[in-house]
Amino acid sequence: MSETVATAGRLPTVAREQPPAGLVGPRAWMRANLFNSWLSTAVTLVLGYLILRAGFAFIDWALVHAIWSVPYSADGIANTAVCQNAKGTGACWAIIADKYRLILFGRYPYDEQWRPAICVLLFIGLYVVSAMRRFWRKELALIWVGTLVVIGILMWGGVPGLSLVTEDYWGGLPITLMLATFGLAFGFPLAVLVALGRRSTSLPAVKMLCVVYVELIRGVPLISVLFMASVMFPLFMPAGVNVDKLLRAQVAIILFAAAYLAEVVRGGLQSLPKGQAEAADALGLSYWKKTGFIILPQALRLVIPPLVNTFIGFFKDTSLVLIIGLFDLLTMGKVALSDPPWQSFSTEVYIALAVIYIAFCFAMSKYSRGLERELSRSHRR
Amino acid sequence: MSDATADPRLVSARAAPKRSMRLSWSDPVFRAIVWQVIIVGVVAAIAWYLISNTNENLAARHIATGFGYLDRVAGIPIGETLIPYDPAVNTYGRALIIGVLNTLKVAVIGVILATILGTLIGIGRLSANWLLARLTAFYVETLRDIPLLLQLLFWYTMLQGLPAPRQSIHIGDLAFLSNRGMKVPLLEWQTAHSWAFLAFCAGAAGTWVWNRHARQRQYATGIRPAVWPVALGLLVGLPVVVWALLGAPFTLERPVLRGFNFQGGATVSPEYFALLLGLVTYTASYIAEIVRSGIQAVSQGQWEAGGALGLSRGLILRQIVLPQALRVIIPPMTSQYLNLTKNSSLAIAIGYQDIVSISNTTLNQTGQAIEGIAVIMAVYLTISLSISLFMNWYNAHIALVER
Repeated sequence: MSETVATAGRLPTVAREQPPAGLVGPRAWMRANLFNSWLSTAVTLVLGYLILRAGFAFIDWALVHAIWSVPYSADGIANTAVCQNAKGTGACWAIIADKYRLILFGRYPYDEQWRPAICVLLFIGLYVVSAMRRFWRKELALIWVGTLVVIGILMWGGVPGLSLVTEDYWGGLPITLMLATFGLAFGFPLAVLVALGRRSTSLPAVKMLCVVYVELIRGVPLISVLFMASVMFPLFMPAGVNVDKLLRAQVAIILFAAAYLAEVVRGGLQSLPKGQAEAADALGLSYWKKTGFIILPQALRLVIPPLVNTFIGFFKDTSLVLIIGLFDLLTMGKVALSDPPWQSFSTEVYIALAVIYIAFCFAMSKYSRGLERELSRSHRR
Repeated sequence: MSDATADPRLVSARAAPKRSMRLSWSDPVFRAIVWQVIIVGVVAAIAWYLISNTNENLAARHIATGFGYLDRVAGIPIGETLIPYDPAVNTYGRALIIGVLNTLKVAVIGVILATILGTLIGIGRLSANWLLARLTAFYVETLRDIPLLLQLLFWYTMLQGLPAPRQSIHIGDLAFLSNRGMKVPLLEWQTAHSWAFLAFCAGAAGTWVWNRHARQRQYATGIRPAVWPVALGLLVGLPVVVWALLGAPFTLERPVLRGFNFQGGATVSPEYFALLLGLVTYTASYIAEIVRSGIQAVSQGQWEAGGALGLSRGLILRQIVLPQALRVIIPPMTSQYLNLTKNSSLAIAIGYQDIVSISNTTLNQTGQAIEGIAVIMAVYLTISLSISLFMNWYNAHIALVER
């Protein structure tokens, strides 16, 4: 007994051993992740073959045989014969080179297009700042107000040094960003209130209103709400009051987004155990303290992934304003395609537009996943 | 003992004291009533303001209201109709009904296909095979991040770029894919098929009854009689036997190339095909994420606990994990079904004549804007509320009962 105690302090040193050769390294990884059963092997082989074939075909079309520029005649009309000949074998990226300013900034005066360009950068900066948890405090609201005012001044102009550009000339990416940002910024607070109202037990009339609002909006397609905004809204206003078309579409998107976000928030509220609210009541917290300090922080954390999915959804859904004649990014793509020499190169334009949308949406979903991981760190085993 | 009430501690439970509302801000009941009166009042005032403005504007512009136009002859040519339609004879009302049917046609098929594709992709994302997991992740990431309208335009352009009927892509002499759409053979419907279909319905009812019986037996004896052989016999065997007894008629009406286009067979128009393709691939990417996160939302401990009880993996999945995952899956899945149905309204951009497209043509021809939009909204509200009600019922059915 005494011997064991004595030797326990200095165990015999053993040379550090490598794990068995079959458990590490690329071969072991492949065996575990690609060929760990007959089915898995078959799937790997079939998928690998298809991916390689499709990949090479795409590279061939998009890079190897692609046409990057076309000659122009003296009066500035593009001669797209080269592209027509290469159709089917190579992409015609010359259309993007020719039209990118039109697609990005619409009919904004050509020499002034640095202004919408800066606005786009400001929007992106605003997203980045809002995404950083360091800035999650009251001052963020001021940053938002300040940035949006600057964006407004830059777009409109009409101040010394900047010429006036009315919203009839706005178009492209700034419109898309504007509709999405304002839609979400105003829609979310409304959504939280509606979700709380819908969960309320002591205010049946308010609950009824919230249910009717959410179900009514969620029951109809966005197109019909946009139609309403563009065709019926003027009828709602007293004679002589004329609300700008862009603003009308904006209001429609806010009201539409709020109903959807409200359901997502409600899902989070619903999934919290009842005990949380009961514990808060037992502590004697008021309704707003209970909601603000106990319920919402937990409920909103639970619904971050579906919330960002909804956010992304609305970013894309702003493209529907094409149908009521607003010039967002997608509409400008179609406008670019209506130019006779370029009419048959829609695939290239659609791919370019898709890349822009993917860049924004992918960044957002990537961020949400990171945030989700960070916020749930304490909850994971 | 008989005089139990003498001891105050033995007084039986009394009814809660009757609360009388006090007219004071500290009384929650009073507060609730005041708040409700204020909020409802504000909403009603806004609604009244908008309605009175609308009435004034309509009177000023001499726009007649009402649905009388539904009885007038439409004159709208419609490419795809599920019920007979002649633009020279039939009314706007019938044209709108065709629009509703076209919407339902794309929505029902779309929901079914998107659920199947989405579930497969969602499970694929959780696959142990790295390549399959990456590929499905790529699919989800890409498809989710491109606006549906853009995808629809893309698919439609692609389908229009297909070769002409003479050079169509074909599978034997059965199906042909060309820029006029997809041509598939049509089964010539005969009485025997109707009987076989009736037999199938009877078989479904029989399966349901047998399933219930099996469950009762399981509750009573602990042994569950096998269900699948009976189901197979009733659902597949019975219709086949009925069909064979009636002479097993089977004739296909094949599409045949005549001149510049095909004759005979059934057509899937490029518009419908593009819309369905876009809706299904797009919605499937959302459903895949829902299925994946639903399965992942069930904590690992549930699997471990099931294993500790000695349950098999399939049994754990069916009896423990899936019921919990469904609670997470059902509400967002409902939203996706609703979204697919409402997104079918984008048909207007590629010329498929659904209710929005036909209603829009109608309102352009007749000038009845409010009625036109009201029709669209009413149709979608009816469809959406039906789906919502059904899924809410289903959700309540599977929800965890808490205290």
